Amino acid sequence: MKPKTIIDKIWENHVVYREEGKPDLLYIDLHLVHEVTSPQAFEGLRQKGRKVRRPDLTFATMDHNVPTVNRFVITDEVARNQIAALERNCREFGIPLADLHSEEQGIVHVIGPELGLTQPGKTIVCGDSHTSTHGAFGALAFGIGTSEVEHVLATQTLWQHKPKTLQICINGRLGKGVTAKDVILAIIGRYGVGVGTGYIIEFTGEAIRRMSMEERMTICNMSIEAGARAGLISPDETTFAYLRGRKYAPKGEEFDKAVERWRALASDEGAEYDKTIEIDASTIAPMVTWGTNPAMSTSVDGVVPHPEQFESKTEQNAVRRALEYMGLKPGTPITDIPVQHVFIGSCTNSRLSDLRAAASIVKGKKVAPGVRALVVPGSQQVKKQAEAEGLAQIFIDAGFEWRDSGCSACLGMNPDIIPEGEHCASTSNRNFEGRQGKGARTHLVSPVMAAAAAIYGHFVDVRQLEAEPVC
Amino acid sequence: MKPFTIHRGKTAGIDRANIDTDQIIPKQFLKRIERTGFGQFLFYDWRYLSDGTPNPEFELNRPENEGATILVADENFGCGSSREHAPWALQDYGFRVIIAPSFADIFYNNCLKNGLLPIRLDKEDVRYLLRQSERADYELTVSLEEQRVFDDEGFSRPFDIDPYRKQLLLKGWDEIDLTFVYEAHIAAYERRHCPRP
Repeated sequence: MKPKTIIDKIWENHVVYREEGKPDLLYIDLHLVHEVTSPQAFEGLRQKGRKVRRPDLTFATMDHNVPTVNRFVITDEVARNQIAALERNCREFGIPLADLHSEEQGIVHVIGPELGLTQPGKTIVCGDSHTSTHGAFGALAFGIGTSEVEHVLATQTLWQHKPKTLQICINGRLGKGVTAKDVILAIIGRYGVGVGTGYIIEFTGEAIRRMSMEERMTICNMSIEAGARAGLISPDETTFAYLRGRKYAPKGEEFDKAVERWRALASDEGAEYDKTIEIDASTIAPMVTWGTNPAMSTSVDGVVPHPEQFESKTEQNAVRRALEYMGLKPGTPITDIPVQHVFIGSCTNSRLSDLRAAASIVKGKKVAPGVRALVVPGSQQVKKQAEAEGLAQIFIDAGFEWRDSGCSACLGMNPDIIPEGEHCASTSNRNFEGRQGKGARTHLVSPVMAAAAAIYGHFVDVRQLEAEPVC
Repeated sequence: MKPFTIHRGKTAGIDRANIDTDQIIPKQFLKRIERTGFGQFLFYDWRYLSDGTPNPEFELNRPENEGATILVADENFGCGSSREHAPWALQDYGFRVIIAPSFADIFYNNCLKNGLLPIRLDKEDVRYLLRQSERADYELTVSLEEQRVFDDEGFSRPFDIDPYRKQLLLKGWDEIDLTFVYEAHIAAYERRHCPRP
């Protein structure tokens, strides 16, 4: 039999109906819902008197609008309205909801895996582009718009053309201080924000195999920043070990049977991809973005580039515009850029291992004068665990603000906003103009790089720092 | 969905690549629970100065672009967030067609679901249209039936679109109603696979 990729296998398993000249009708195994992209979809159902076909395969939480201090006091009336609408919709249509009172609440892409809802081989959608995160488990997971949310609610299916396949193979091992975040930023930096457009990416290679599930989630999370429809990683022992014992994962004998099925999903030896890119892990350094899209980055020992270094007029203009927005001069060493804000959080980097790594840099030190630093755990469970381990205290002692879970300053839809003109070392995923607040200057970095920037007040090369053991 | 068959209208150009959905509709406007009324917030941070007055430098505020219904931009248009508020805002503002060398996948799909037609043309053709868009009197015709974009001055280009999506757009059909036709297939799939949480 012809060797197959995991993408082929999951796709074929989910075709409900196929006809020449039409996209495939694909079954959706898990539909995650949040407050921002769902109200119009529920309204659409109501107007036509339609029901939710499989509320049991749907799971909702609130994360985008949620304040991370005084979470029950939402002063923004429109935001409050949207949260109330989600509560009402979930009640009316019988959808399980992790609301603000729930211990399971958190960023939708943090809680799906944490609760074991995310499993290998599933098709997973959510009205959020970072749904690609769940691909870390060997699931086919992608973001959809509100019309598609309505379609999935009503039919549990989507009409989809199969995208092309792109293999990105990270050979070898990562150096000290180099993280999953640096790997994905380096990929986007080298190949551009459009490299994955029209593709599903499968990440392979030794460096990926050696990563924990949380690191793999960081990589898959930002596949969308490379333009890809989805990003995924074939499941292995690391995946199975993570899932064992989670609330919604199969139990006992069922789990062992599931593992057998999951193991067979991995891409076959010799499977063909439409395109393959190979990267040597040892060439990747800690990364910092200097511009206004995630490809505008360099290694921490680099400098802000000159627009003339770029080939096309369009690129040169984009770089000029970006540098003006960022208030940066060409030739400035990255380590000379002062930082006034630090944000550790978001669906990219707010999990326990991210907080442990950041705390190992922060332990016993103080946030630099003039820097405001936030740590926003990805879920209430992460928060609880971090408090139990003493991580929260390390951050608080150093002068960080320790918050409740939510999307927070990643997108400034809630009170956590970065002021105009200020530089923010952020562990989030998008450095677009105005993303963290109008005029805010975002630099995407890893949790250890963000932690170090908080302590020094500017970017520093974490490879030259000693980490303190924290647990 | 409003059917799309043929459209003639004025073009407006924004000569930038990677225009993301955070620019098209900034996040502070995503809290509404309706599908309508987003046009006033389109490109908000580019369109208005800090004091709330229109930014005269921004392309859509130039007098020659008043009343434009076809937007022309550079590659990777609509990248970033999956927010369908982006096509809602473009449409509510008055656009019926977006032309670019490439689009982000989710944005492209979102447009088609709303009767807003995204058209991919070669880079050189887009350059030509961006230049022409600087004129106040330049108009373009888009025929979905013929899959062709043309002007009165000899420019005429075919474009690709998935036949299934084309049909839906031409008829303005509700996709969910169509999918219900396959209900028996969905039920059979569920019996075979027993999907559960």
